[in-house]
Amino acid sequence: MHKYANPTQFMRIANAIYPWVAGLCLLLFAAAIPVALMFSPPDYQQGETVRIMYIHVSSAWLMMMIYGIIAANSAMFLIWRHPMASIAARASAPMGAVFCALALITGMLWGQPMWGTFWVWDARLTSTLILFFLYIGYIALADAFEDSERGDKAAAVLALVGSVNVPIIHFSVEWWNTLHQPSILKAGKEGVGSSVHGSILLPLFLMMGAFTMFYFALLVLRLRSELLAAKIRNARLSQIAGHSAAQPAE
Amino acid sequence: MVRAVSTSDTFETATFSGENLICRRGGRLVFTGLGFSVASGGAVVLRGPNGSGKTTLLRLMAGLARPIAGRLNWSGAALADPEAHGRHLRFIGHLDAIKPAFTVRENLAFWADFWGTRETALVVKAMEAFGLAALADFPARLLSAGQRHRLALARLIASPAPLWLLDEPANTLDDRSLNALTQTIADHRARGGMVVLASHGADLVTGGTTLALDKFTPTNVMPWDET
Amino acid sequence: MSVFTALLSRDLKLALRQSADSLTVIAFFAIATVLFPFGVGPEAEILSRIAAGVVWVAALLAALLSLDRVFTVDFEDGTLDQLLLNGQSMTFVVLAKVIAHWLTTGVPLIIMSPILAITLQLPAEGYGTLVLALLLGTPTVSLVGALGAALVLGARRGGVLLSLLVLPLYIPVLIFGTAAVEAALTGMPSAPMLSILGGFALIAITLCPFGTAAALRQAAE
Repeated sequence: MHKYANPTQFMRIANAIYPWVAGLCLLLFAAAIPVALMFSPPDYQQGETVRIMYIHVSSAWLMMMIYGIIAANSAMFLIWRHPMASIAARASAPMGAVFCALALITGMLWGQPMWGTFWVWDARLTSTLILFFLYIGYIALADAFEDSERGDKAAAVLALVGSVNVPIIHFSVEWWNTLHQPSILKAGKEGVGSSVHGSILLPLFLMMGAFTMFYFALLVLRLRSELLAAKIRNARLSQIAGHSAAQPAE
Repeated sequence: MVRAVSTSDTFETATFSGENLICRRGGRLVFTGLGFSVASGGAVVLRGPNGSGKTTLLRLMAGLARPIAGRLNWSGAALADPEAHGRHLRFIGHLDAIKPAFTVRENLAFWADFWGTRETALVVKAMEAFGLAALADFPARLLSAGQRHRLALARLIASPAPLWLLDEPANTLDDRSLNALTQTIADHRARGGMVVLASHGADLVTGGTTLALDKFTPTNVMPWDET
Repeated sequence: MSVFTALLSRDLKLALRQSADSLTVIAFFAIATVLFPFGVGPEAEILSRIAAGVVWVAALLAALLSLDRVFTVDFEDGTLDQLLLNGQSMTFVVLAKVIAHWLTTGVPLIIMSPILAITLQLPAEGYGTLVLALLLGTPTVSLVGALGAALVLGARRGGVLLSLLVLPLYIPVLIFGTAAVEAALTGMPSAPMLSILGGFALIAITLCPFGTAAALRQAAE
C-alpha cells in the first residue's frame, strides 16, 4: 500500500511547513505592497506606471515557474508513476493560467501609456498569450476524461511536449517580431532594460518572493483538498465493490 | 522466435504465469494477490460475476493494461519487454477490429500480413473453419453481428500464436459456430497452444483449470487504513 | 517491417476506398481560402500581400480537421488494441499512420495550394517557395497533430480539444512557412527559413512518435 503511504507522508510534511509558508507570504506582502506601490520612486521615463511592473513581472515569473513545476512533476509522474506528482501538476495549472492572465492584463495596462495602445504584437506579450493557450489546453485535456487517471497521463505527456515547444515558440515569435515590428517597441524595451536600478530591484524582489510564497501556500491547500476528495471517492468505490462483486461469494 | 509457420507445426513448450497481481480500474481495486499459470496444451477458464475483472485480467495478460503490482512470466522469466510480448499471443475482445470497407478476405489477410504470417493458405483455412468461405469477397459491412464475431475469431487461425486470450468468445455464436470454436480450441491445445478465456455459459474446453475471480476481490478495505 | 508496410498499405487502401473523406478536407481547404476575399475585399494588392499567410492558415485548419480521424476509428472498433499487440514496436505503427496521413491529406493540400494562391493573386515568384515550404512544413503538422490526436482519444469533445492543444504548437511552422514565401517575394533568400522548417520536421520526427506511442498505450489501458 505504498501508493497511499506516500500521500500521507507528504501531507504530514506539507502540513508542517504550511504555517511557515503562509506566514512568510503575509510578511512579504506586508513589506512589498507599501514599498512597491507607495515609497519607491517613480521611474524617470515611465513615471508612476512603473508600479504596474512589480505586479506584471511577478506574475510573469510565476507563470513561467509554474509551467516548469508542471513539466517537472509530469516527468516524475510518467517515469516513477508517483501519484502525488500528478496531483501537484494538475493543482498548479489553474494557478499558472491565472498568473498568465494577470501578466497579460497588467502588460496591456502598462502598454497603453507606453505604446499608446492596449495591444501590440510585442514578442513577450505574444509568447505570453501562447503560453496562456497552452495552459488552457492542459487544463481542458486533464479534465476531458471520465477516467481521471487517463486525464492525468494525457496531461502529463502534453506538459512535456509543451516544455519542448515553449522555447521553440518563444524563439520563433521573437524572430517573427523583429521581422515585422521595426521601431515601435524600441522605446518601450529600452525603458524596461535601462531602468533596472537598485530602488526598483528591492521592491521587485519582495513582490516576487511574496507571489512565490502565495503560490506555495495555495498549492498546499489545494493538495490537501484533493487528497480529501480522493479519500471520499475511494470510500464510495469500495462500498460499491463490496455490494456488487464481493457479496455473492459470501 | 515463437511462431508456427504451418498449422501442422507444434508450438515451443512454454508456460505463462502471473504472481501477486494487483489491478486498479477507474480508481477502484479490481483484484489483489491474483496468480495464475497455464502451460503448453493447457487452458484456464475465468469465471466471476460482473465487475470481478475478467476483461481487465485478460487485457493485463495481453500487456494492454498494466498491474500496479505483481509480475507476469513467460517460461519462468519475467516479461522484460511488454512490446515483444505481443508476438506470443492473440487477443480477441468485445470489439472486433473489422474494417467495413474491406472484404472478409482482405480483413483477414491484413492481420496475417501485419503479424508477419508467411503462409497465405492459412487465411483460406481460417475462413473455412468459421464458415466464412462463401462470404470471402463480400464487404464486411454486410455481415451480421455473429458473422463479424466469427471473422474476428478467424484471426486466430489466419495468424498463429501460442497464447490465445479470448473474452467471452461464445457470445453471439450459433450452435454450429460454437462447435467450430470448441474444435479450434481443442486443435490449438493439441499443438501445444495455450488458451485463457472468460466465460459465463457453456464449457468450451475440457480439462482446463477454472479461476474464480471473486476470490480476489478486495472486500470493503479502506486502502489508507492499512498504513 | 511487416508491421509498417502492412499498416501503411492498409491505410492507403482504406483512404482510396473512402476517398470522399480526403476530398472533404480538400474542399474545406478551398472554401476556407475563398472566404478571405469576401472578408478583406477583392483588391489584388491586399490579397497578394496576405496570400501566403491565408493559404498556410487554411492548410493548417484543413489538416486539423482530418487529424481527428487518424486514430479515432481504430480506437473505437478495437483495431488499436490489435495494433498495440504488434510484437515489434509501437513506433512503426505510429510512423505508418503518420505517413499515411501525410500522403492522403498533406500531399493533396500541397497540390491544391498553388491553385488557391492564384485566386489570391500571389505574385509569380512566390509559388515555388510556397510549395517547398508546405512540403517541408506539413510533415511536422502531421507528426505533431498525430500526437495531439492520440492524446484526446476517448475524451469528451475530442475534436475541439484537439484544435486547442495543437494549434498553438503550429505557430512556429506558420511563422517560418509564411516568412519563406515573403522572402521570395521581396527577392531575399528563402533558404534559411526553409532550413528551419526542415529542422522542425527533424525535431518532430525524433520526438513525436515516442510521445504518440505512449499516448496510444495510455488510451488502450
